[in-house]
Amino acid sequence: MPLLSLDDVTLRYASSGTAAVDGLSLAVEPGEVLALLGPSGCGKTTTLRLVAGFERPGSGAVTLEGRALAGSGAFVPPEQRSVGMVFQDYALFPHLSVLENVAFGLTAMPRQEARARASQMLKLFGLEGFESRMPHALSGGQQQRVALARALAPGPRVLLLDEPFSSLDSALRASTRMEVRRVLKSLGATVMLVTHDQQEAMAFADRLAVMRAGKVEQVGTPEAVYAMPRTAFVAYFLGGTNLLPGVGFGNGARTVLGILPVVGAPARGNVLLSLRPEALKLVPDTDGVAVGGALRAEVLAREFQGPSAEYTIACNGMELTVRGAPELPLRAGDRARLEVVGRAVVLEDRPD
Amino acid sequence: MRRRAPVGLWVAGVAVAALALVPAVYLCVRAAEADAGAWGLLLRDRTWGLLGRTLGLAAAVTACAAVLSLPLAWLTARTDLPGRHLWTVLLCVPLAVPTFVSGYVLLAAFGVGGALEEPLTRWGLPVPHVYGFPGALLALTVSTYPYFFLALRAGLQSQDPAWLEGARSLGLTPVRAFFRITVPLLRPAFASGALLVGLYVLSDFGAVALVQYDAFSRAIYVQYEGAYDRSYAALLGLALVSVTVGVLALELWLRGRAGYHRSAKGAARASAPVRLGRWRVPALLLCGAVVAVGVGLPVGVLVYWGVRGLEVESGPLLGPAWSSVSASMLGAVAAVVGALPLAFLAVRYPSRLTVVLERVSYAGYALPPIVLALSLVFLGVQAVPFLYGTLAMLVLAYVVRFLPQAVGVVRASLLQLNPHLPEAAASLGQPPSGVLRRVTAPLLRPGLLAGAALVFLTAMKELPATLLLAPIGFETLATRVWAATAEGRFAEAAAPALVLMAVSTLGVGLLVSQEGRSSPG
Repeated sequence: MPLLSLDDVTLRYASSGTAAVDGLSLAVEPGEVLALLGPSGCGKTTTLRLVAGFERPGSGAVTLEGRALAGSGAFVPPEQRSVGMVFQDYALFPHLSVLENVAFGLTAMPRQEARARASQMLKLFGLEGFESRMPHALSGGQQQRVALARALAPGPRVLLLDEPFSSLDSALRASTRMEVRRVLKSLGATVMLVTHDQQEAMAFADRLAVMRAGKVEQVGTPEAVYAMPRTAFVAYFLGGTNLLPGVGFGNGARTVLGILPVVGAPARGNVLLSLRPEALKLVPDTDGVAVGGALRAEVLAREFQGPSAEYTIACNGMELTVRGAPELPLRAGDRARLEVVGRAVVLEDRPD
Repeated sequence: MRRRAPVGLWVAGVAVAALALVPAVYLCVRAAEADAGAWGLLLRDRTWGLLGRTLGLAAAVTACAAVLSLPLAWLTARTDLPGRHLWTVLLCVPLAVPTFVSGYVLLAAFGVGGALEEPLTRWGLPVPHVYGFPGALLALTVSTYPYFFLALRAGLQSQDPAWLEGARSLGLTPVRAFFRITVPLLRPAFASGALLVGLYVLSDFGAVALVQYDAFSRAIYVQYEGAYDRSYAALLGLALVSVTVGVLALELWLRGRAGYHRSAKGAARASAPVRLGRWRVPALLLCGAVVAVGVGLPVGVLVYWGVRGLEVESGPLLGPAWSSVSASMLGAVAAVVGALPLAFLAVRYPSRLTVVLERVSYAGYALPPIVLALSLVFLGVQAVPFLYGTLAMLVLAYVVRFLPQAVGVVRASLLQLNPHLPEAAASLGQPPSGVLRRVTAPLLRPGLLAGAALVFLTAMKELPATLLLAPIGFETLATRVWAATAEGRFAEAAAPALVLMAVSTLGVGLLVSQEGRSSPG
């Protein structure tokens, strides 16, 4: 049984007709880290606020450990939900010290015990010695860890993170992400986070839910969603892709790049295929002699990305993105041969 | 579905707004009792003349106060002006000078028989004409510019330096960045300053009466005092209320719908002060000139008359001083408490209805205080005789009259409060009462104290309502000054006026020190 579930939840902001969250259903398993991923305005933060109790759903139900938080007349206010939240701007209380911030939610405990517990939480996040500092005297990374310690101190059943790493610089982001994940996993915390950063979602979450226009488009492990995107939107948003129209015949499809093997739903009739940039390979066309049946491409642009390079090419009248080794001697204007080394995924979208 | 405000908050907000409406409702009742003859009187040319003179004065004072305050606020908030803190205090001191004292000072200095009239004439210098429009403009500008000054200073201090830095990096010179970034971002401060000053002038009685400028409030007072039938005065009062409603609508339109709390990521930074360099001397001269007119002149004139008045027996001052302080203090606390639900509703649960409620609270401020006072007298006699003639009635008048000031300050500090903070407290298990006690209240405290101090100050120098509603034998500093001035005993008015200025100056000091403590960084 899932720890937290949202069933057919809809939330409409007053007069404006569009729903911020539109018939959304989602389940979070105990001890799992679930990322809500999507572009800005897709309703992911609203979903988080619905779980926290800062918004009231118009219809649908929110259930935590079998207890109805919202829906069918019931509404549990935020303070009675045992749901912790870390805000994007951290929302540390500016008039309280670091220790007082972390001990804030520990009202049920005797004072001494609360302070001890708060100190212990700070230690967990490597913040010993900062107890008496005021929030404005901390760096962004330290503020974030104080906010995490504060939210976790009362032992919430679910922890919600709103764009938790977006305020950190990129050098700090990867290491902080790994460290925070380690601490959360060691505590066995159940976490729901919101992000628009696909790398962050794939690295941090056990499962991710890609959202679009108030709905969940696809849920699964990062590996599964990446390998088998259901729609063009998901394929684009998670890693980028090439979209190819084709005519399917079961486990293969005819396209401008020739006959390609496909995975996913059996391909029948006109289909839309997703072909990841790393499923294509460029070979420099040094001899200028055409190999029988080989695809010929022209390099339009090259973008160096460190461990790899991304090439934009034109082939048989289509513009495609190819990921390749950065040391390939290919520059804009060069000719090359194109090979398909990976498999195409059949999408649910129809080719237009 | 938007979050709904708790029922208790609605009840409190509606109750306060209803209280604020009571005098206006009475005004309408009186106007409805007026016969056709009175309505005919209202549409005469004289009324249009009154309207033109009143609006002209309000516009001129607001413009002068804005133009004067912007450089002063910038110099004290953003530059390395020597003695910034002292200048800030001195520039706020005119808040402590009631407009009737300002008018009195002008007359006692430059008027017929004034202290400076004879020396100026002897030296062959022109004597400033202080009767009518010039006198009213000068007296009211000096009395009201500190409202603008404080609003602009607070606005300047809350601006994120990154905005200005961004403009500079986009190639704007410091001067152009000032006019394209700093000034436009001060729009809410300009709007609230203009609202305060404009409404202040519309309802001022003391200065216009003394310099004999025939504006609405003076005409209404004369009508009330002189005529047996007060319906025409009620109609004039209603006309003035319509003007005020127009001003309020204008302010609402100007303010726009933006939220102004800074999204704090990482530590907030204070901007480095601008170096004045060779502009230091002119800057000091400007501040000095304003302080000379706003503080030096009143003190000089009052000391001059005070010394001359030593020969006159003028009675002990301790009693009136205590009456002023206690009544004003009660009024300040009650006004801030009443402002809380209205500001909360308007900021946290914005809707057309909560905006209307907040606007309604401005009604008492817009009524000429003399009309407000008389309508409460009527109410006291007719509806609540057990309250009539008690201190409670006077405190009620102060609350109705000064609610907008309190709401303005409380709303401003609520807008600065990051809405995530109360949410964070709730998600950490605090019930609404705990959120209020442990997070919202401590963070609002500087703003609430500032609001209370502002109301206290203004109530200290309130005159018409105090004259009409104070219990028998309850003499305040303001009524003492008025009584002496009205009888032409300028020397006797000097001592209580000086005490009034000193007490109020302490309040200004409190206000400024609060402002310093609550600013971030």
